[in-house]
Amino acid sequence: MSRVGIVALNTFREAVRDRVLYNLVFFALVMIAASILVGQISIGIEQMVIVTLGLSAISVIGLLIAVFIGVSLVSKEMEKRTLYALLAKPVRRWEFLLGKFGGLVLTLTVNTTAMAVGLFLVLSLVRRSENPVAGPVLVAVYFILLKLALVVALALLFSCYTTPLLSILCTAGLYVAGLFVTEMRNFQSETMSRAMQSLLHGFSYILPNFENFDVMALAAHGRAIPSGLIALNTAYALLYCAIVLAGAATIFARRNLK
Amino acid sequence: MATAAIEIENLTKDYPFGFLHLKKKTSLEELTMSVEEGEVFGFLGPNGAGKSTTIKLLVGLIYPTAGTARILGKSISDISMHADIGYLPEQPYFYDYLTAAELLDYFARFHNLPARERKLRVDAMLKKVGLETARKIQLRKYSKGMLQRVGLAQAILHDPKVVILDEPMSGLDPVGRREVRDIILELKQAGKTVLFSTHILSDAEMLCDRVGVIVGGKLRGVGAPDEIVRMKAQAMEVMFEYDGGAAELQCLLSKSTQTGKRYRLQVPEAELYAALQQLGHAGARILSVTQVKATLEEYFMHLVAADRAQAAAVEVSGK
Repeated sequence: MSRVGIVALNTFREAVRDRVLYNLVFFALVMIAASILVGQISIGIEQMVIVTLGLSAISVIGLLIAVFIGVSLVSKEMEKRTLYALLAKPVRRWEFLLGKFGGLVLTLTVNTTAMAVGLFLVLSLVRRSENPVAGPVLVAVYFILLKLALVVALALLFSCYTTPLLSILCTAGLYVAGLFVTEMRNFQSETMSRAMQSLLHGFSYILPNFENFDVMALAAHGRAIPSGLIALNTAYALLYCAIVLAGAATIFARRNLK
Repeated sequence: MATAAIEIENLTKDYPFGFLHLKKKTSLEELTMSVEEGEVFGFLGPNGAGKSTTIKLLVGLIYPTAGTARILGKSISDISMHADIGYLPEQPYFYDYLTAAELLDYFARFHNLPARERKLRVDAMLKKVGLETARKIQLRKYSKGMLQRVGLAQAILHDPKVVILDEPMSGLDPVGRREVRDIILELKQAGKTVLFSTHILSDAEMLCDRVGVIVGGKLRGVGAPDEIVRMKAQAMEVMFEYDGGAAELQCLLSKSTQTGKRYRLQVPEAELYAALQQLGHAGARILSVTQVKATLEEYFMHLVAADRAQAAAVEVSGK
């Protein structure tokens, strides 16, 4: 197994032993409560409400894990000095970093898959509407995973050169900003100078575009998600992750571990 | 001629500090030394002297400001060098969600050892460091001494040619210290090169072929422990009995420690003959004359005191 894979599997083992996957119990409770409530208050639109609620829960729980654990991936190892013995082995720093990233993405994949299975179980219990939602929901879950991978990469980047608290703030801030890139791109104001508008416009292309990953409304209505968007989002997430991870690796490679 | 396992040339490490990092603190200043193959080398020095800095530079945890170092002929920036070294960090801490056996297996994987070989080595190492019975306990439940043993096990797990140990005796009880000493001696017998830092000078005297004393980021002395202490002026101790009051002996008596009629006097080797003559003339009975062997500790303390005096002088002149 490659050294990246060895680190990744250990990161996954850490998440499991630190009971990260216990959040699934919370998700299960949300879904059970939702299926009981929805049956009583939303006649005819149960499926839509459950899909929206389920995907939102998958996204929020995933984001919390991606930000908080993503930030601690490297900082915890530096603080506790657990990586000292490891980096004295034949492991390059970028391999360690990529392994940590891979391990958390694997954890999120297992977590998200389990939640998606739960969502489909609840959907199988409610009355079905005319439009089948299985395909669009699967794509929406896949997009959530891509988004989470991007968030993990950003958290890792920040944690390579700043404190955990600041890393959390920066990652969360960038995520929120990334939800409004279209508004930023089309923003026009008479009170704002042209230079400022150009700057904002430029920023909207640099910031990670998280808007494109949100297809919750389409999935809830059972509308097909264009295959072009799937290809585009996949390529975008991979490329963006690669750039961010390359930046993180460059910073981490130069860091003195005092 | 012995070949050098570790070669260090003008290794310097500065840490920037202050606003905009414009000031710098030198942790290690132009360190030049070498450790021969198969040698046990002790790195001695007070806290903050630069021992751990040197070791971290060698294993690639920090980067030098200037200078170079090579281990087994390979530059310290060459990742393949890491396959031949074992490293025990100071006050080691490991993934506390793993058991000792899992941790060792995890580290062994980076050395491309097949599963069967890994299992054999992990079992052997746990036995060697006395953790066989605790192998299935998570490391979060380990004491400091047990963690130190795990650290030692992971350092020698892959049978490295060079073993670098940062304070290996720290946190260990006398039994643990004895076991670590035995492991270092075993490594020496197996022809391994061992570089270790320590505060415990008796261990260094007992184990090391050579020691290096580092104070204030500078190497102050290198050599065999008995050789290094010989550099310090030797003293002689004279035991004698005297109950007279000769005026010419008052000077010697005032320098002596008295117990009843018996006196114990320490004089420099060069002044021994004159002192004996004086005592003989005054009618004192010489009981014994012995050489006072300087210890490594005395040599070490002498260097530390000299460094502090120098630092204080610089501070005063700076004001």
